[in-house]
Amino acid sequence: MDITTPNTTKPHLVIRPSKGWQALNLRELWRFRDLFFSLAERDVKLRYRQTALGVIWVVIQPLIAAGIFSFVFGRVARLPSDGVPYLVFSYAGLLGWNAFQNTVTKASASLVQNQALISKTFFPRILLPLSLLCSTLIDFGVALIMMGVLMAVYGIAPTAGLLLLPVWLLLILMLAAGIGLYASAVAVTYRDVLHVVPVAMQMLLYASPIAYSVTAVPARWHALYMLNPLSGLLEGFRWSLLGRGPLPLGSLAYAAVVSLGVLLAGAIVFQKMERRFADVV
Amino acid sequence: MSSKDLAISVQGLSKAYTLVHNTESHTRAAEALLYKLKNPFRSAERTEEFWALKDVSFDIAQGEVVGIIGRNGAGKSTLLKIISRVTAPTEGEIRLYGRVGSLLEVGTGFHPELTGRENIFMNGSILGMTRREIARKFDAIVDFSGVEAFLDTPVKRYSSGMYVRLAFAVAANLEPEILIVDEVLAVGDAEFQKKCLGKMSEVAGQGRTVLFVSHNMPTVLNLCSRVLMLKEGHIALEGPGEEVVAEYMRQVIRGGAEVGLDQHPGRTPGSEKILKALGLRNKSGAPATSLRMGEDFSLEMHYDAGRPLSSPRCGIGIYNHLGIRVVSFATFFDGDYRAPEWSQAGTLRCLVNGVHFTPGLYFVTVTFGDAHSDLDRVEQASSFEVTPWDVFQTGVIPRPDQGVVYAPCQQWEQEEAGS
Repeated sequence: MDITTPNTTKPHLVIRPSKGWQALNLRELWRFRDLFFSLAERDVKLRYRQTALGVIWVVIQPLIAAGIFSFVFGRVARLPSDGVPYLVFSYAGLLGWNAFQNTVTKASASLVQNQALISKTFFPRILLPLSLLCSTLIDFGVALIMMGVLMAVYGIAPTAGLLLLPVWLLLILMLAAGIGLYASAVAVTYRDVLHVVPVAMQMLLYASPIAYSVTAVPARWHALYMLNPLSGLLEGFRWSLLGRGPLPLGSLAYAAVVSLGVLLAGAIVFQKMERRFADVV
Repeated sequence: MSSKDLAISVQGLSKAYTLVHNTESHTRAAEALLYKLKNPFRSAERTEEFWALKDVSFDIAQGEVVGIIGRNGAGKSTLLKIISRVTAPTEGEIRLYGRVGSLLEVGTGFHPELTGRENIFMNGSILGMTRREIARKFDAIVDFSGVEAFLDTPVKRYSSGMYVRLAFAVAANLEPEILIVDEVLAVGDAEFQKKCLGKMSEVAGQGRTVLFVSHNMPTVLNLCSRVLMLKEGHIALEGPGEEVVAEYMRQVIRGGAEVGLDQHPGRTPGSEKILKALGLRNKSGAPATSLRMGEDFSLEMHYDAGRPLSSPRCGIGIYNHLGIRVVSFATFFDGDYRAPEWSQAGTLRCLVNGVHFTPGLYFVTVTFGDAHSDLDRVEQASSFEVTPWDVFQTGVIPRPDQGVVYAPCQQWEQEEAGS
C-alpha cells in the first residue's frame, strides 16, 4: 500500500496559508447562496418576533423623528424646507438616512454577534454583514409606502424623478455596506468600533441634510459640507421623491465615486482580514 | 492502493498562534493608538509564537475511518479547524479530494428564538447544504431527531436533550464525501450516543471518509481502522487502532505510588480542584506501583475543598489499556460506609478485595462530590500494572486476551457419556 505517491488527479480543494491580497471568491459565494437567504430570513424573522406592533415600528420610528424635526427645525428654528411641509420634507430625508444608518449599524456588529459561527464553521464571512441588507430593503419598502401616504395626504404629486430613486438608494447602500464591512472586520479585534459607530452616526445625522435643507447651510461652509457624500445623495433622494429644486449633479457624481470606492475598499480590507477572524474573535 | 484513492493529503502543515502578553496588549483602539504615538518605531505588542501544529503530514485514503487522539492542547481541534477551513494554516498544504462536511460543534447556528423547523434550515445551510437538499432530507432529519411534535416550537423551549438530538440529526444527514467530526458525542444520553455512533458507522460503511477526534477510546477502537496520535503539535504515532490507543494510554497517564493531582491534565475542565493526590497501596499497606494478579489493594484519595462539604462522596473507575471500564468502586456501593455530615479536607481510602485482573496496565479515574453534585473529576489520574502470577498454581497464567478479569474459583466436573 502506497498512498504517498504523487497524486495525479486534481484535488477538489487545496488549502494553503493566506498570503497577500485575495480576490473575492465568487464561485464560493455562489455555492453558499442559500446561506445568504437563510441568514437574511433569520434576521427578518427575529427582528419583530415577540413584538406586538411588529413591522409597524419601521414606520413609527421615523414618523416620530420627523415630527420632532419639523417642530424643532421647522417651527422653532424656522428653517426653509424647499416649500414642502416640514414633516414630509424631513421624513423623506430620514427614509434615505435610515437605510444608511441601519446598514452600517447592523453590519458592523454582525461578526461579533456571530462568534460561534465564525469559530466553528466555514462559509464566506462576508455573507454575515451582506445578508442584513435584505431586512434593510424590506424596512425601506414599508417606510416608502408611508412616504406615499404622506405625499397623498399633503397633495404632493410624484414626478418622473422618482425613477432615479433606486439609483440613489443603491449608492447609499453601497456606501453603507463599505463602511459596515470595514467596521465589522475591525470590530473583531477592537470592540471599540461598536461604541464608536452610534456616536459617529449621531454626528453624521446632523452633518447631513436630513433635518434641514442644504440651502440652510451657510455659503462659506458649503464646499466643506458637500465633502460628505451623504449630502449629495440625500439631496438627490429628496429631489426624486418631492421633485423640488435642481438635481445636484456635481455632488451626486462625486458621491457615486466615493460610494464605489468605499465599497471596494471595505470589501478588500474585509477579505484581507477574513482568514484571521476565527483566531481572534 | 492506487494514488487516485486518496481523500486527504496533508503536507508539512503548521499553525502558529500569536500570544500577546497581557502587559502590553491593546484590546482598545485608544490604548493601541496611544502606544503607537509614544513608541512609533517599536512593534506595539510583545508577542510570542505558539505552534499549535508543527510540520504535520499524513495521507488518508478514501473510505478510511481515522481517529485522532491526544491530550487537550495537542492540536487535534486546530487540525480539524484547518481542514474545515475555519482557520488558515501558517505553513504547509492540504489537498482534499471530495466535498468536506465538518461538524466541530453540535448545534452551531441554532438560534433559541427560531422554531425547530427554521433551525433545521438555518443549521443545514450553515453546514453547507442547499435549501433543496435540506428539504429533501427534512423527513429523515425529523425522524432521526424524534422531535416531530415540537417542530414549530422555538428551540428555547426544548429540553437540552431534544436540542442536541435535533442538532445532531441535521449534521448526521449531511452527505459529504469527507466527514470531519470533533468530539461532539460527549453530549446527549447514552441511547442517543449509540444512535449517533451507529450513524457514523453507517457513513463509514458507505465508503465515505471519516476523520474524527475523540477522547473515548472504546469508540475510537470501535470505529477507526487507523489512529493518529498527536502530541504537542506533531504526530507522535500512527497506525492500527489498538496499537496507538494502547501507546496513548501508556504515555498519557502518569503512574506512581502517589500521584499529585493539583496540576493534572486529565482534570475535567470546570472542576473544582478538590482532589489533591491519589495513592496505591498493596496488601500490606505499603505504597505500590504494581500489583500481583489477585493481590488485594487499596486506593487513597487526599482531598481539600477549602470549605466544608456536606456528605462527601467518591467514585473510582478502573479502565484497561484500551480504555474500557472494567469495574467501578464508589462510596455509595458500600452499605456500611457512613460519610461525615460535613468535611473540608481529609483522606478517603477504598480497600478492594477480590478483583481479579489479568496482567496488563490499568488506569484510575476519580470523581469527587458532595451530597448534591460532582465537584471534581480527574480522568486517568494514575495507572498501575498487574503482573503475572501463578494464580491457579498450575503454571498456566491467564492472558489479557483471554479476558480482562479471570475467575479464581472455577470448578470443573465431568460426566462420562453412557456410564
